[in-house]
Amino acid sequence: MRGEMAAFILLAAVTVIPAIVVVTSRNIVRAALSLVPTFLGVSGLYVLLQAEFVTAIQVLIYAGAITVLILFVIMLTAGGTGLPVRQVNEQVPLGILVAGALAGGLLFVLLRAPWPMVSGEMPRYNARAIGTALLTNYALVFEVTSLVLLVSLIGAIIIARREGS
Amino acid sequence: MSWALEILKASLYAVIVFTFAAVFAAMLGVYLERKISGWIQARVGPKHVGPQGILQTVADTIKLLQKENIVPRNADFLVFSTAPLIVTVAALLGYVVIPWGKLGDWILIVRDLNIGVLYFAAVSSLIVIGILTGGWSSNNKYALLGGLRSASQLISYELPLGFAIISVAMMAGSLSTVDIVNAQRDVWFVFKQPLAFLIFLIAAAAETNRIPFDLPEAESELVAGYFAEYTGMRFALFQLGEYAEMLAMAAMTTVLFLGGWRGPWLPPILWFFIKTYAVVFFFMWVRWTYPRLRIDQLLNLSWKVLLPLGLLNILGTGLVVTLAR
Repeated sequence: MRGEMAAFILLAAVTVIPAIVVVTSRNIVRAALSLVPTFLGVSGLYVLLQAEFVTAIQVLIYAGAITVLILFVIMLTAGGTGLPVRQVNEQVPLGILVAGALAGGLLFVLLRAPWPMVSGEMPRYNARAIGTALLTNYALVFEVTSLVLLVSLIGAIIIARREGS
Repeated sequence: MSWALEILKASLYAVIVFTFAAVFAAMLGVYLERKISGWIQARVGPKHVGPQGILQTVADTIKLLQKENIVPRNADFLVFSTAPLIVTVAALLGYVVIPWGKLGDWILIVRDLNIGVLYFAAVSSLIVIGILTGGWSSNNKYALLGGLRSASQLISYELPLGFAIISVAMMAGSLSTVDIVNAQRDVWFVFKQPLAFLIFLIAAAAETNRIPFDLPEAESELVAGYFAEYTGMRFALFQLGEYAEMLAMAAMTTVLFLGGWRGPWLPPILWFFIKTYAVVFFFMWVRWTYPRLRIDQLLNLSWKVLLPLGLLNILGTGLVVTLAR
């Protein structure tokens, strides 16, 4: 158990420290780049939870594709990379209050929630189980999600077209 | 303290496999590239250092180690020096799931993950971050253009690559590399999935930035592309990453389509290297005989040809697998 704890602390540090850089760095490229270790740290946490399939998807989609798209857009924007970005404004105290209240509320609920514990062996191969679940019990959610993606894609194209003409 | 031992073992494995794979793949790769390009262009290639110039790459590496590391004045130093590391580490991470052969009942693989091929696709998708940041942090317009081209190219070709992998995984019924090789006991997947094989080869050539897909480093347009400002060992790390990635892609082609270590008479490990280097030779052969594509042709090929073909192939494979069951 101690090994798992050590791994968790290491992974939590890898996740949280770059995440702080993301919201504090004045250089927008460095902020975007710091998302990569954060995503990788989260995927490490998935490994600890024995969710290997989700791990690989996390790396593939978030670290490999989303970050690259963010960087790509920043670099293509004229003057987007050279300017120092101000990430905070005069509403900092208010923000701290709201964030603190939210964190307190979440902690209160999470610490009291009875988490169901299921004992037993994890299947060695969980990709099949995920696929079956997505196409039977969760088929509707799955389809609606793809519809949301389609709508956002069409929206992005329309906005881009309007600015071009 | 078993977990401490486990971590120590993992680190040791990493050091041995990564140094071996790095030195072997990159040095032999560069040497082969120069020899084969010489042969195709009716030249001799490297000849003087060692017999048939085999030590030429060693000499080059020693030279690069001694060179000064120049950082451009307006470069972002931290990002500039991290970029080559990202490329190299991401390229070498894929080696974890490659089964190199079999000694008796013992399969030569670092870790047979149950998500093997998916893991491979995931870590190789990280390379583009190193290329993009390397190009941006150099503060050089050619380097930035190279980095941006690379981003659009690698993102586009990841999809056909993934589709080809999915078709094979559907045939094998598993994502583990060892299971996929075992599923090819009777017939290699190249015969069952010729279309997926073709898509995978094209996408692999694009993912490794090789001609006819080497737009990120097109020397006649962009000096050297994203690593134009890099010198010394940092430059060598980019080269190492590129050749390590090429060998990893060739090895993955062998695992997915050419039956992995399987073959008659010769020992399995020898079969694996024969097949892998046959694919490497194919990549080099294409590189020195074909001209480069334009960026619009490149993107059209991916989105309008390979992507629909890959989808249709998955549909067909699904139909066959379902009917055969």
